[in-house]
Amino acid sequence: MASETPRTAGAAELALELRGITKRFGAVTANEGVDFQLRRGEIHALLGENGAGKSTLMNIVYGMATPDEGEILVGGTPVSVGSPREAMAHGIGMVFQHFMLIPVMTVAENLVLGDEPRKGGMLDLAGARRRTAELSEQHGLAVNPDAKVGDVTVGQQQRVEILRALDRGAKILVLDEPTAVLTAQETAELIAVLRRLRDGGTSIVFITHKLGEVLEVADRVTVLRRGKTIETFDTAGADEVSLARAMVGRDVVLRVDKAPSTPAEPVLEIEDLRVVDDRDLPAVDGVSLTVRAGEIVALAGIDGNGQSEIVDAVAGLRPVTSGHVRIAGQDVTGRDPREVRDAGLGHIAEDRHRRGLVLPFSIAENLALRDYHASSRFGLLNPKRMLDRARGLIGEFDVRGGSAATPCSSLSGGNQQKVVVAREIAGDPKVLIAAQPTRGLDVGAIEFVHRRLLAERDKGRAILLLSLELDEVRSLADRILVIYNGRIVGETTPDASDEELGLLMTGGSSAGATGIAS
Amino acid sequence: MSTAATPPTPPAAQPEGAGSTVSGRLAEAMRDGGPILPLVTVLFAFIMGGLVVLATGHDPFSTYKAIWDGTGLKWLFPWTPSADRELAAANLQQTLITTTPLILLGFAVAYAFRAGLFNIGGQGQYTVGGVLAVWVGSSFESMPGFPHIVLAILAAVVGGAVWGGIAGLLRATTGANEVITTIMLNWIAIWIAVYLFGLGGPLQSSTQPDIPVSNDVVEAARLHVFWGDPELQGLHIGIFIALAASVLFWVLLNRSTKGYEARAVGLNPEAARYGGIRVGWTYVLVMALCGAFAGLAGSLDVLGWQFRIATNDIQISQLGFFGIAVALLGRNTAVGTVLSALLFGALLTGTSVRNLDPAVFEPEMAQNLTFVIQGIVVLLITTDVLLMQLWRRIKRGRRGDAAGEPGAVAA
Repeated sequence: MASETPRTAGAAELALELRGITKRFGAVTANEGVDFQLRRGEIHALLGENGAGKSTLMNIVYGMATPDEGEILVGGTPVSVGSPREAMAHGIGMVFQHFMLIPVMTVAENLVLGDEPRKGGMLDLAGARRRTAELSEQHGLAVNPDAKVGDVTVGQQQRVEILRALDRGAKILVLDEPTAVLTAQETAELIAVLRRLRDGGTSIVFITHKLGEVLEVADRVTVLRRGKTIETFDTAGADEVSLARAMVGRDVVLRVDKAPSTPAEPVLEIEDLRVVDDRDLPAVDGVSLTVRAGEIVALAGIDGNGQSEIVDAVAGLRPVTSGHVRIAGQDVTGRDPREVRDAGLGHIAEDRHRRGLVLPFSIAENLALRDYHASSRFGLLNPKRMLDRARGLIGEFDVRGGSAATPCSSLSGGNQQKVVVAREIAGDPKVLIAAQPTRGLDVGAIEFVHRRLLAERDKGRAILLLSLELDEVRSLADRILVIYNGRIVGETTPDASDEELGLLMTGGSSAGATGIAS
Repeated sequence: MSTAATPPTPPAAQPEGAGSTVSGRLAEAMRDGGPILPLVTVLFAFIMGGLVVLATGHDPFSTYKAIWDGTGLKWLFPWTPSADRELAAANLQQTLITTTPLILLGFAVAYAFRAGLFNIGGQGQYTVGGVLAVWVGSSFESMPGFPHIVLAILAAVVGGAVWGGIAGLLRATTGANEVITTIMLNWIAIWIAVYLFGLGGPLQSSTQPDIPVSNDVVEAARLHVFWGDPELQGLHIGIFIALAASVLFWVLLNRSTKGYEARAVGLNPEAARYGGIRVGWTYVLVMALCGAFAGLAGSLDVLGWQFRIATNDIQISQLGFFGIAVALLGRNTAVGTVLSALLFGALLTGTSVRNLDPAVFEPEMAQNLTFVIQGIVVLLITTDVLLMQLWRRIKRGRRGDAAGEPGAVAA
């Protein structure tokens, strides 16, 4: 355990201090007496599980929420932060997970938005461009002032957000899960940028639930658990296991053990499947695969190689050009989603906001989405049964932050995901498609979902796993199929090396894998 | 089944829903669009209306008093002197006669809203219902009363459902926006009706060849007047049919599988489709149901007090459009829609030529006051975000003043 009591820092040393912050939403306490100290010129990670209260805490700092109790000190002086504008006046800037940029405007236009340079009552575009270029130069964040924001990469957009905060005079920069939307390359670049900013004197709060990032980028880390500060310690000397323990409150197995599988009869059979994408271009080009009862087959590949289209086609959400899909022997090719579900498909959707949940619906209503009609009589719902069932599943799947009647929109991302997982597993499917089942989850929740999927496998379900995380693929799968450019290019086992998988996923061939001719 | 991942301590037991305290419940009501916002909106609209009256050189208080008297609502209060009660009763009957179709026309809009659709076609569906009801009601003279009425209402309901369903079908199959199609269907319905009852039209009155009007609904097919004088437009039993429809609306929306589907489609069509709901079919059903509500409204008016349809009535009727304001103000809920229908019914009656004392305010102008208030209500209710922001700012301003000591983050 690498924890230590934080050194008591002098007031002058602290850029930001929070004392005893408490915030309640109705009966839910998001923060309870949270203390937090950010030193000048440090990168401070705020680590916690989904729903631990990290974002709420920082929204309070940025004036987006008002605390019920507690005080905020900037540079040792107590301040009141009633709005983002006031936060900016105190030198606090925030970069949200979802960017607040206008895609049709240029980088320079977005950067000056809200504080536009004027010349004779008109927007001074040249001035805006100059200001962007200067800032970009000064902080070493390369951006093209004239590019339209909608045309640049997500990483670039994030830079614009950071530059905008710096432009408003931010000395304290809060980043809410900044790496969630970035590729590995962009993440590395971001980390370099943050280090430069820190060395230039900016104090940075880095909200995350990823352990590796904390160790890589942060100088110190404060762990929140269920709305309370658990501890603050230096990252030097800490490791993933100790961080995970502090965050979850118990020992966490980062990689679950699994018994060898005992596959039985084929349950999901896909035969020479062809599917086109939204632009009518072939996305799935003759894929055949079989998942047997009691095994987990992972479909590994780089995003956009046809995985999602396969899942959509199986689930009846996208038309099949040719080929066949069978669930437990029953041909479901081209059937509508209800018929495919009735044939025995469970489907943990890739995107819980767009597809997996009706966010304003209560947890109970969302849990009933696939079988509300099954328990109905005379066309009427059975609300009591829906609530009872929801209470059971909330307990079983450890959904936190609300009761059966709470709308899913007020749950944290991880708990929303648990609702989706709970519904799809509770439907007792023969085939379970798990598409990015742990996207955005913290280690504790990931462990939970992984154990659950393995338990379902051992009960004899056929599971098709889609994941972009190689670690996840390796720790869960019994067999790995690698997809590239709409075709299965190889099959391998979980002990394949990163290099081997990487080579297959980028279209190279591997000696260790049995190539499947297509 | 059990896994090792049981959490160390279960989260503190939470009562059902976040609203365990009064303030919590209040906050929830605000968030869910509870009664506070509409009430504030109405209050604001009345103040603005008062300013308009003031601008015309009249006294807003005596004008509102006269409108209030015209609505007859004071009949409900036991302290109203018995000398006034007779007039108040007659006025209240008028108010409720207008409220009856407004309730149903409100539902015709509200149900669509809950499914993410905007039904502007209430007027057309109402017209179709009225036309079919007057046709059935004025034909089959030898039919006994009860089945005759049921048949006329049924025809109107089915006709309205078809008229609404067309828009739903077009949306489901071609993606045609229901706002456009329902507006077009309004005109089609109105002009078909004008043709049918116009001079020389196929359904024009057989006894009055010089007047563009329908035949009269036969005596037996008229709805029973249970309060007031049938000769002087007493209150017919249609109000009970509308109230029964309100229960139906609530049950359908909140307790039926079709209502669940409609709400899911309205909030997230992609999630609904993923969940196995047939989105297109839901659009058709929802629009047909909306049309059925509006068609029912048309039949109740025809069988309850109009008994005939004149072509100029068809062209000037605005009732279907009032349904939009009713639904918006009622927050698309059953109770809210009934209450806001009563408000608009009272306003329309209180400012009508028949009920408003011309010595206080010219009724011709007063009717416009209703439109002003309606306009402000629609404007404000659709900009609730703005109102909420104002509210929050006021609240914060107040607290900011109170928390004067430095360092307090109570603001």
